[in-house]
Amino acid sequence: MMALPYITEHTGFTGTVYATEPTVQIGRLLMEELVNFIERVPKAQSASLWKNKDTQRLLPSPLKDAVEVSTWRRCYTMQEVNSALSKIQLVGYSQKIELFGAVQVTPLSSGYALGSSNWIIQSHYEKVSYVSGSSLLTTHPQPMDQASLKNSDVLILTGLTQIPTANPDGMVGEFCSNLALTVRNGGNVLVPCYPSGVIYDLLECLYQYIDSAGLSSIPFYFISPVANSSLEFSQIFAEWLCHNKQTKVYLPEPPFPHAELIQTNKLKHYPSIHGDFSNDFRQPCVVFTGHPSLRFGDVVHFMELWGKSSLNTVIFTEPDFSYLEALAPYQPLAMKCIYCPIDTRLNFIQVSKLLKEVQPLHVVCPEQYTQPPPAQSHRVDLMIDCQPPAMSYRRAEVLALPFRRRYEKIEIMPELADSLVPMEIKPGISLATVSAVLHTKDNKHVLQPPPRPAQPTGGKKRKRPSDDIPDCKVLKPLLSGSIPVEQFVQTLEKHGFSDIKVEDTAKGHIVLLQEAETLIQIEEDSTHIICDNDEVLRVRLRDLVLKFLQKF
Amino acid sequence: MPEIRVTPLGAGQDVGRSCILVSIGGKNVMLDCGMHMGFSDDRRFPDFSYITRNGRLTDFLDCVIISHFHLDHCGALPYFSEMVGYDGPIYMTQPTQAICPILLEDYRKIAVDKKGEANFFTSQMIKDCMKKVVAVHLHQTVQVDDELEIKAYYAGHVLGAAMFQIKVGSESVVYTGDYNMTPDRHLGAAWIDKCRPNLLITESTYATTIRDSKRCRERDFLKKVHETVERGGKVLIPVFALGRAQELCILLETFWERMDLKAPIYFSTGLTEKANHYYKLFIPWTNQKIRKTFVQRNMFEFKHIKAFDRAFADSPGPMVVFATPGMLHAGQSLQIFRKWAGSERNMVIMPGYCVQGTVGHKILSGQRKLEMEGRQVLEVKMQVEYMSFSAHADAKGIMQLVGQAEPENVLLVHGEAKKMEFLKQKIEQEFRVSCYMPANGETVTLSTSPSIPVGISLGLLKREMAQGLLPDAKKPRLLHGTLIMKDSNFRLVSSEQALKELGLAEHQLRFTCRVHLHDTRKEQETALRVYSHLKSVLKDHCVQHLPDGSVTVESILIQAAAHSEDPSTKVLLVSWTYQDEELGSYLTSLLKKGLPQAS
Repeated sequence: MMALPYITEHTGFTGTVYATEPTVQIGRLLMEELVNFIERVPKAQSASLWKNKDTQRLLPSPLKDAVEVSTWRRCYTMQEVNSALSKIQLVGYSQKIELFGAVQVTPLSSGYALGSSNWIIQSHYEKVSYVSGSSLLTTHPQPMDQASLKNSDVLILTGLTQIPTANPDGMVGEFCSNLALTVRNGGNVLVPCYPSGVIYDLLECLYQYIDSAGLSSIPFYFISPVANSSLEFSQIFAEWLCHNKQTKVYLPEPPFPHAELIQTNKLKHYPSIHGDFSNDFRQPCVVFTGHPSLRFGDVVHFMELWGKSSLNTVIFTEPDFSYLEALAPYQPLAMKCIYCPIDTRLNFIQVSKLLKEVQPLHVVCPEQYTQPPPAQSHRVDLMIDCQPPAMSYRRAEVLALPFRRRYEKIEIMPELADSLVPMEIKPGISLATVSAVLHTKDNKHVLQPPPRPAQPTGGKKRKRPSDDIPDCKVLKPLLSGSIPVEQFVQTLEKHGFSDIKVEDTAKGHIVLLQEAETLIQIEEDSTHIICDNDEVLRVRLRDLVLKFLQKF
Repeated sequence: MPEIRVTPLGAGQDVGRSCILVSIGGKNVMLDCGMHMGFSDDRRFPDFSYITRNGRLTDFLDCVIISHFHLDHCGALPYFSEMVGYDGPIYMTQPTQAICPILLEDYRKIAVDKKGEANFFTSQMIKDCMKKVVAVHLHQTVQVDDELEIKAYYAGHVLGAAMFQIKVGSESVVYTGDYNMTPDRHLGAAWIDKCRPNLLITESTYATTIRDSKRCRERDFLKKVHETVERGGKVLIPVFALGRAQELCILLETFWERMDLKAPIYFSTGLTEKANHYYKLFIPWTNQKIRKTFVQRNMFEFKHIKAFDRAFADSPGPMVVFATPGMLHAGQSLQIFRKWAGSERNMVIMPGYCVQGTVGHKILSGQRKLEMEGRQVLEVKMQVEYMSFSAHADAKGIMQLVGQAEPENVLLVHGEAKKMEFLKQKIEQEFRVSCYMPANGETVTLSTSPSIPVGISLGLLKREMAQGLLPDAKKPRLLHGTLIMKDSNFRLVSSEQALKELGLAEHQLRFTCRVHLHDTRKEQETALRVYSHLKSVLKDHCVQHLPDGSVTVESILIQAAAHSEDPSTKVLLVSWTYQDEELGSYLTSLLKKGLPQAS
């Protein structure tokens, strides 16, 4: 969602954006923090000449290896954020949203964050699921809705864990023990993090942990322009939380224990390091602040402040950035660095379990999930394994799905339905020919009974010759069946034809009506009436033939 | 003919014990399960024997839906599920689920502990009953079973109040519960999309009232409270713990702050404090303004309003007290009322509707001598004011909702018969839809004619749609196809496809007509003349002259041949299939008339 303003504000996009309420509110906070961090350090000039491909080629690594530099953009402003968010229409889980009458879109809980969604896009006969950023672990959000993903024709799978080898539970344990160790030795702990998401779980773990670890006197600081909002918002989205947290609201108690940490003054939050924080600041302490890339935000000050002492520790929990690259500009560093990335999104074992459970006909995913990670090419377990093999896509590539649409829903008006005459063709299968007027409005199709033939208008207008020309688009039904010659001849005789002669041919018979100079060729699948231009006769013969055939 | 049946077991031409049975598409749904405040005998609960005389509740009902937490909508629930016996699902929104058991427990305490009633439901029954509840989110489509689905819309009446759409196939019913079409100090306005239900069941509490602007009422209210407090009087505001109470608290709180008033404001019972907690946690259910500002200041954290203690009622000096319940029929509000009723200086403000039989209703209808329990007579000297703060839609609001939803029929409940009559006429006039107002136990039956959904093959549909784009598309055109019915699977396909699928061969019926023409020229030239003649007559058709000398009109083949006996006569062989019957027949008669003389 973080790139939304680029689409809604700069591409001429005029459509509606759908999102859940927590996604909008927390997304706003994340963007607000980003804008705030960037705007604190305005750049007088920005270099762009190096982005020229010929120049970039000559630059040292990592500049040389940066991809798609020409598409890099400046950060948006708060105004653009607000404008982008105003285009969002709020939706709830399992809400069916009709789009142009043609498809229905439904968000489902993905279990990863507050309000995070997977989406189902379906018509009456096809179903596509988009699964992105999902988690099967029990953390704070509502559990992932897997049942609704069943019977998908296509499942698009992306947003898997960035750290498939790390177990989030183990990482949380490591996080707590390292934190405690540092603080006990009189050092400070720095946790570079986003202002929402995993931090709620970390605070909850610490809430349970600090008393047993004897850390109850250590202050925890949460510094972000949106720290307060984030903590407050997390408490009001009870409907989007896991069952355990929901039941707390019934008591009524705040769903997250960080409310208690704040009440007891163990956790304090500040918009920035300036102002109140500088008065309250006590060491040793634990600081949660952003940005996790260590390139901007208040975290930079703490890196500078604490980097030189080996008593202090920085603990990386966000998986989005390589911690070695993040630390590079701060080297040499005396501070201890611990890497415990916590990424609760699906790993490959969970993916195969999920796919077995929901059994989509086809799986579509980014190319990198179909092969082992480049650094660990022997780990064939670190890729998507499913039958039929997943189809992969690359940036800006159009993928054709092996999948044909065959049917669409149409409604038959009750009056028309009453007039239909079904006939049983085979046991259990009935047919009815339908002639009806098709009305299509808002992509909804309705069949109405055909209008009664219009009464002649009483000769007000002179008939033009072209009025007589029949409309060739009035379709006659198709015919099926075959004509038994003997019975046909009997019928002819009954209707007054005499002098009938039947000749056998290779494929059937020829019935000759000598008097009328008429020839009727009858074969298994065809009948050919050859006659003089005598319309009355022809129509009579036609109707006799039709009696033997079924119309469709 | 399929039909929808509606039978109110409560709230039919009445306010109280809302309970409406709906049968739709073979499913039975019970809407609300309330108690009646005006009665304390059997009549306080809906008459479930209407169902049970034919069998068990669980067998009959597919689900129960509770619109909001007011007791006249949920008060009979534990009796219904635990004492009469119902084990199916009960749907309600999350705030309702949170608050409902507290009000039920409160109700039970008053009935059992204070009035000493036996054979009432127990605390455990309330708990067991709540275990059967399934929470519904706004706009979420809940699939009760394969066919029955329900969807909640925001109703604004109290925290968590919802309107429900009940849908089976293409038939649907919307039940509004209680709703409010104007946003107030703490809640937003009810909203529903143009869902065009077969039936809209709406409340009609204020069927004949059109209320003045909310601002005036608020100003009036504040003025009256202010005046009374200024002259040292006490103000009693009987409220229900949740809903109006919060709105009026926000109103008084801001007024006190602005005017810097010192007189204390109290809130009776711990329940309300707890209630405010719920409001804090369910911020997404409140109005825009509160949702936007709650981070800076949670509107439900009151500075001036303190908890009430029973002893305060006797202390001298001015004060404002919010006390429960709202209709002065029992509990603390009635106790305080008895203490203060004797003084002209005091005032009681009734901010909501009072059900017949309650003390509130009596004093509002002008009664000044009240007979209390134990034959005591209470003389009411204090001022009695009524201010409609109830968050029900007024006549204008009801019409507005009917306009929004565009139902085919309307059914009125939760109102007084006389007023309903008036609204019924108005709805029938303005929207030209049938309007019903059944009494309790009376059944309304509507026949519906749902259309039948079938699958149409995309090929056939696209072919038709493409032709629909042609210039003469205005003319209604016939779509021709074959409906294949196999088990319950209905598909509409083109006739060709139907034949193919069933493994049947097409039987081609072809006609060839000999048309004799008098023409001395060669066959080729005759063909050419036929071609130019047809070309000029049949402008809308595709007429072609093929290299082999034959002429085609669409798929009709015309060949010229020499007559075997008469060289001055040529024979035109016109050949077409049954599918081109009309055109072929037309062509032969056209050619029979002869060709125009070549110029």
